[in-house]
Amino acid sequence: MMETQLIIEVLILLILVIVTRVLYLIHKITTGYSRKSEIKRTTPCKILICIGSGGHTTEMLQLIKNINFAKYKPRYYTMAKTDKTSHDKVVNFEKAKEGISSNYTIIEVPRSREVHQSYITSVITTLYSTLYSLPIVLGIMPDVIICNGPGSCVPICVVSFILKCMFIKDIRIVFIESYCRVQTFSLTGKILTYLADNFLVQWPDLKNKLKRAEYIGQLM
Amino acid sequence: MGSKHLFVTVGTTKFEKLISALSDEKILDILAKLGYTSIQFQTGNGHFKKVSHQLIDIKYNKYFEDFQNEIKQSDLVISHAGAGTCLEVLKTGKPLIVVINEDLMDNHQIELAKHLSQKEYLYYCTCDTLKDILTKDLNLLKAYPLADANIFSNYLDQCMGFQ
Repeated sequence: MMETQLIIEVLILLILVIVTRVLYLIHKITTGYSRKSEIKRTTPCKILICIGSGGHTTEMLQLIKNINFAKYKPRYYTMAKTDKTSHDKVVNFEKAKEGISSNYTIIEVPRSREVHQSYITSVITTLYSTLYSLPIVLGIMPDVIICNGPGSCVPICVVSFILKCMFIKDIRIVFIESYCRVQTFSLTGKILTYLADNFLVQWPDLKNKLKRAEYIGQLM
Repeated sequence: MGSKHLFVTVGTTKFEKLISALSDEKILDILAKLGYTSIQFQTGNGHFKKVSHQLIDIKYNKYFEDFQNEIKQSDLVISHAGAGTCLEVLKTGKPLIVVINEDLMDNHQIELAKHLSQKEYLYYCTCDTLKDILTKDLNLLKAYPLADANIFSNYLDQCMGFQ
């Protein structure tokens, strides 16, 4: 009898600790305390770039076009298995920037949510892709994740948030809301409001709707 | 008037209504009056009826490998509301009319077209109001300002502690 009570008490304590840690991190993130790295960096950082599809891919490559590849290496790109166009775009992008000796890897993941999927089935597929993302993020252990939607980046961000909660690795998440979002946020944006250390929007109107969002000027 | 070239693009999906609206005899007459002597359609996957006009040379292609080049060669682009296409045309500095596909529900790209038209970078309309928009003065449109290409990389460097 005593023993079960002890186990229950320890469990409750554990849950409380976890909840506090999660809430603390979300508070830190949403108030903008984690916007900038506290330490100066001198070594290159491992970067994971979540490639969406179609317009998202084009936007992402436009964003990272001028990042210094000497500082951001090695580079990992995740993209949907079926997305041949994005695959080609990334290969051409790397080739144009670094030539054949480029230091990058493409990782293919299952799609997390089809465009017209119902909410219930998308919860299941999201759970599935979260499990799928676990070995990817653990295998890479990136320093920073960059994503601009759509849904496929959410599981990866969730996993890296969990790692952050567990003090395993402080992975910075940078989210950029899509250029075509002028008045409303995407579903990915709504979720990543709580997880992304840096949350950029491309239109001032959108910044006015979410206090924590940042508008740093015209990106496209 | 000269001989002007119009490029019509529907992107990677299909937008049959736009192609048929621009294939209308009356619309083609208006275009001829405005000085257009050739039209290039990029049709995507949709079904459509090929038409001809005595004053306008009309060509159809499903897709273009060098999309940028087609934009460069045109005097006006009429396009679907895809953000990527809009941006590409605006950056090239060509006048742009965006036609919204009303059949698509929950289409947030309309938001973008409206916003960009408020800023006077482009005109936007539906297939039904295309006729009225065509006669608008394209010289009134403002040039799209080019973004600072390093803005994001500088931001990222700051976040990561490189600066």
